Amino acid sequence: MSSLINANDAQKMRVVVVGNGMVGHYFVDELIKANKADDTQIDVTVLSAEPRLAYDRVHLSEYFSGKTADELALTTPEYYELSNIKFKLNAKVININKLAKTVTTESGDVFEYEKLVLSTGSYPFVPPIPGNDQPHCLVYRTIEDLENISASSAVSKVGVVVGGGLLGLEAANALKEAGLQTHVVEFAPQLMAVQVDAGGGRLLRSKIENLGVQVHTQKATQVIEKGDVCRYKMVFVDGTDLETDMILFSAGIRPSDALAREFDIEIGPRGGIVVNDQCLTSDADIYAIGECALWNNFIFGLVAPGYTMARAAASHIIGGDLTFQGADMSTKLKLMGVEVGSIGDAHAKTEGALCYTYENQPEEVYKKIVVDAEQKKLLGSVLIGDTSDYDTLLQYALNDIDLPANPESLILPSTGDTPAGLGPDALPDTATICSCHNVSKGDIIESVDQGACDVSSVKSCTKAGTGCGGCAALLKSVVDCELEKRGVEVKKDICEHFAYSRQELFHLIKVGGIKTFDELLDKHGTGLGCEICKPAAGSIFASVWNDFILEQDKGHVALQDTNDTYLGNMQKDGTYSVVPRIPGGEITPDKLIAIGQVAKEYNLYTKITGGTRIDLFGARVDQLPGIWTKLVAAGLETGHAYAKALRTVKSCVGSTWCRFGVQDSVGKAVDLENRYKGLRAPHKIKFGVSGCTRECAEAQGKDIGVIAVENGWNLYVCGNGGMKPRHADLFATDLDSETLVKYIDRVLMFYVKTADRLQRTSVWMENLEGGLDYLKQVVIEDSLGICDELEAQMQHIEDTYQCEWKTTIESEQSLKRFRQFVNSDDKDMNIVFVEEREQIRPATEQEKLELSDEQVEKLATELV
Amino acid sequence: MTTLNNWVTVCSDADLVANSGVCALVEDQQIALFKIKSANYEQVFAVSNWDPIGKANVLYRGLLGSVADCTVIVSPLYKQRYSLETGVCLDDQEVKLKVYPVRIEQNQVQLQLVE
Ligand code: SRM
Ligand SMILES: Cc1cc2nc3c(=O)[nH]c(=O)nc-3n(C[C@H](O)[C@H](O)[C@H](O)COP(=O)(O)OP(=O)(O)OC[C@H]3O[C@@H](n4cnc5c(N)ncnc54)[C@H](O)[C@@H]3O)c2cc1C
Ligand code: SF4
Ligand code: FES
Repeated sequence: MSSLINANDAQKMRVVVVGNGMVGHYFVDELIKANKADDTQIDVTVLSAEPRLAYDRVHLSEYFSGKTADELALTTPEYYELSNIKFKLNAKVININKLAKTVTTESGDVFEYEKLVLSTGSYPFVPPIPGNDQPHCLVYRTIEDLENISASSAVSKVGVVVGGGLLGLEAANALKEAGLQTHVVEFAPQLMAVQVDAGGGRLLRSKIENLGVQVHTQKATQVIEKGDVCRYKMVFVDGTDLETDMILFSAGIRPSDALAREFDIEIGPRGGIVVNDQCLTSDADIYAIGECALWNNFIFGLVAPGYTMARAAASHIIGGDLTFQGADMSTKLKLMGVEVGSIGDAHAKTEGALCYTYENQPEEVYKKIVVDAEQKKLLGSVLIGDTSDYDTLLQYALNDIDLPANPESLILPSTGDTPAGLGPDALPDTATICSCHNVSKGDIIESVDQGACDVSSVKSCTKAGTGCGGCAALLKSVVDCELEKRGVEVKKDICEHFAYSRQELFHLIKVGGIKTFDELLDKHGTGLGCEICKPAAGSIFASVWNDFILEQDKGHVALQDTNDTYLGNMQKDGTYSVVPRIPGGEITPDKLIAIGQVAKEYNLYTKITGGTRIDLFGARVDQLPGIWTKLVAAGLETGHAYAKALRTVKSCVGSTWCRFGVQDSVGKAVDLENRYKGLRAPHKIKFGVSGCTRECAEAQGKDIGVIAVENGWNLYVCGNGGMKPRHADLFATDLDSETLVKYIDRVLMFYVKTADRLQRTSVWMENLEGGLDYLKQVVIEDSLGICDELEAQMQHIEDTYQCEWKTTIESEQSLKRFRQFVNSDDKDMNIVFVEEREQIRPATEQEKLELSDEQVEKLATELV
Repeated sequence: MTTLNNWVTVCSDADLVANSGVCALVEDQQIALFKIKSANYEQVFAVSNWDPIGKANVLYRGLLGSVADCTVIVSPLYKQRYSLETGVCLDDQEVKLKVYPVRIEQNQVQLQLVE
């Protein structure tokens, strides 16, 4: 059976694309752009052998850390449909008829083309070892492969990766993360032999072994047999063997050139479809791009060159003159947390090449540069353990920049007077800044000239930085440098009323001794303020002076968001929630009963929160003072659930009761919660304290995490749950209680002083120049000489703490604010509850309509 | 819109909170009252208390501010900004609050009810 699927649309040029991998999709996107740009109307049909459209293979491993197939997708069926791209999935092409200009799929569908594009990529090479076709012998290339690996890992204890190249190490990481005892078996004498020299390979190996992955080099597998202890036994040529439950082959890739081979399109002696600078094959109407293409006897196994090929082919089809001229294969990556960089001629193969090497064994850093015989130009480099010089070195290599008189200064640790990295200004306009999208410094200058005035608009005009993200730092420095040259200040204004960042406002308030918003506005702002600057100023006043936040005389009350003003979180119907503080989650039965009695008396919806305390919902504004009077009388305090302040310190039961606990985690949590309660900050702060490394308090997901160890406490900082979870960073180990508190004081105060508004500690850390190491210097080594001041400020906050609810119910004036009406004791008739699971909940609009006025009135008054 | 010509006294000036809001109940209408006050300037505004987007009687609990020259109240629920002079929502021109003429006479806050 055969049918012509795309026979109509005869007036348009028909392009058929075989394969919808990363490069195939990029090519389609180029044609979509061309179709939009002018009326070259091209009819595009995509035939994909996979069951889904293109996805991000480069970040495939993130599938194991929770990314879904949808999140990895590079496009959607809707987008293709909207752009008039026809596509067929599960459609492997098995025949090309060059005369009739048709291709046929496995299921017998026939498609006509004027231009055919092969973007069939490559497939993993599995060495021909007897026994390599058993169920738990797998490869690593597609989403289906990963599903198989996951399934196999679940029933395996030991895993072996065959191949110690870039991909093999990535695969090994995945197995290790899946909890398998992991081995890497490599044929060559070293790891990553393509990118890294022997010295670098040695260091890389020791680093990876330290992470618990066993490396076996110079091992050739002879046969895979049934194992004695594990599922399989790999027997090596040298007579040794290794038992394992699963085997992952990552021994290189081979171009998918079967179609070309079979239908008489020229292929190279060792495979790969031969193409010219236009990416045309030996047939004038057939192109090949991406990993299946062989240019100048070379296959480019990276996406960036593939994208350049796609641009060249698309350009040729629509009559442009872009060509493919080869590509730089330099790479920088992080494998299992180990930084690795490789630039150009890493093995010093160029004639006359000379090397400079720096090795620091204690810190496990290896750096090498390869220069030409005259020591004028940089030819290549290898960096292991520290790739901070990568950007600079790459620019020297790519742009033929003359080396400084003593080239070794580029890799030696800075001693103060050595030249720092190559500034963005020193780069020529032709320098490639983003290699994924082929954006040069000149392109960036052009977009700035056309009005782009920050990094994000340059990103959206040029696409720079939107691929692998590796160029982000360089991109920012080029953009900032260009903006500064044009006299544009890089704007960090908080809002239209203040031309300052939060940090600058903090300094103005502190240094100027400013205590009211009016004074601040008068001296430094314009207008009346707004919902952004007022709460920010309120928070800074609280951090600096720690006044009662509802101080009416100073006008603080007018600055607070409604939640802070009414000391409760406003719910959808205008009622509030009530959250008493339960330090460390520890509570006496009497306090528990008191909370229960209040909830019962006021008929409040009661729930245990995710922060290990109790939330009472449905309190009208006029009921809040009564409720809190009773809670305060029972010895409870405000929980600051409404404030950008310390929320909860979650604890586990710890050594007092738990048979594994090594310290009193509850006691520590209670102390910490009492010390930091009331501290106002740019955003909320959460702590966790666990009694041992089993981590039942999930401390590593908190802003401040404390984990008990034999010798004291380990401190973690800047973790986050919520919208974008971040694992906290280990900050210091084996601390005694005094040092622990000292460090937390300093970290938190430094955060309070320097973070942007509404920036959690996690985001603050991500944006902190110098990152964790810098924070350690500031806090542990006191590199800025401010630690005394930070501690003193924290002590002031602790000394001036007051329970805001206690202060409020004691003040006539404050209480007046908790009225629905100034002129009546009536209630808000719009607040109506119905019952569900034996408790109240707000009635829906529909339910309110269904209740008669009379019933509504009755329900509303019943609840007084 | 018909305006009744008689001014109704709703509360005293002392019931208002500078640079913040309170709510008055006048003939079953909930009215949010705001007083803007600085060293040499004072002005009172009255708008309906119903948040038409959040669907709750909460506007008096919002924050006051300005957008360019326009004085605004920001809804405490979902943060839409409404002009206190015209009642128009700056974030959705279709939505509008009722605006009541208001004045302070001999320390009493008076307003005119609009239909
Ligand atoms: C009540 C509670 C849910 C519950 O029923 O369990 C809750 C309720 C709210 N959360 Fe939450 N969060 C609650 C635990 C959490 C947790 C879990 C935890 O603390 O272990 C998280 C993730 C952990 C974290 O923060 O890192 C959490 C992450 C958020 C976020 C996202 C923050 C982020 O950085 O991504 C928001 C939004 C925000 O703050 O901007 C949020 C905001 C809110 C708000 C304030 C939304 C709002 O404006 O109305 C809710 C207020 C309800 C109220 O009236 O009290 N809530 N929220 C929990 C109160 C805990 C407590 O005792 O204080
Ligand atoms: C785990 C992993 C990590 C990687 N990391 C990086 C990295 O960090 N940086 C980097 O630059 N590169 C990396 N790569 C390489 C990068 O993914 C490839 O260079 C890129 O995907 C090549 O794109 P392509 O479109 O040429 O091939 P592919 O993405 O392989 O797509 C080819 C498609 O064609 C289909 N196909 C084949 N034959 C047919 C046929 N006859 N009919 C129809 N369809 C067919 C295939 O099923 C496939 O869907 C990584 C690769 C992997 C697997
Ligand atoms: S997860 Fe969302 S809905 Fe649930 S409490 Fe938190 S903010 Fe509210
Ligand atoms: S280099 Fe990959 S995004 Fe720029």
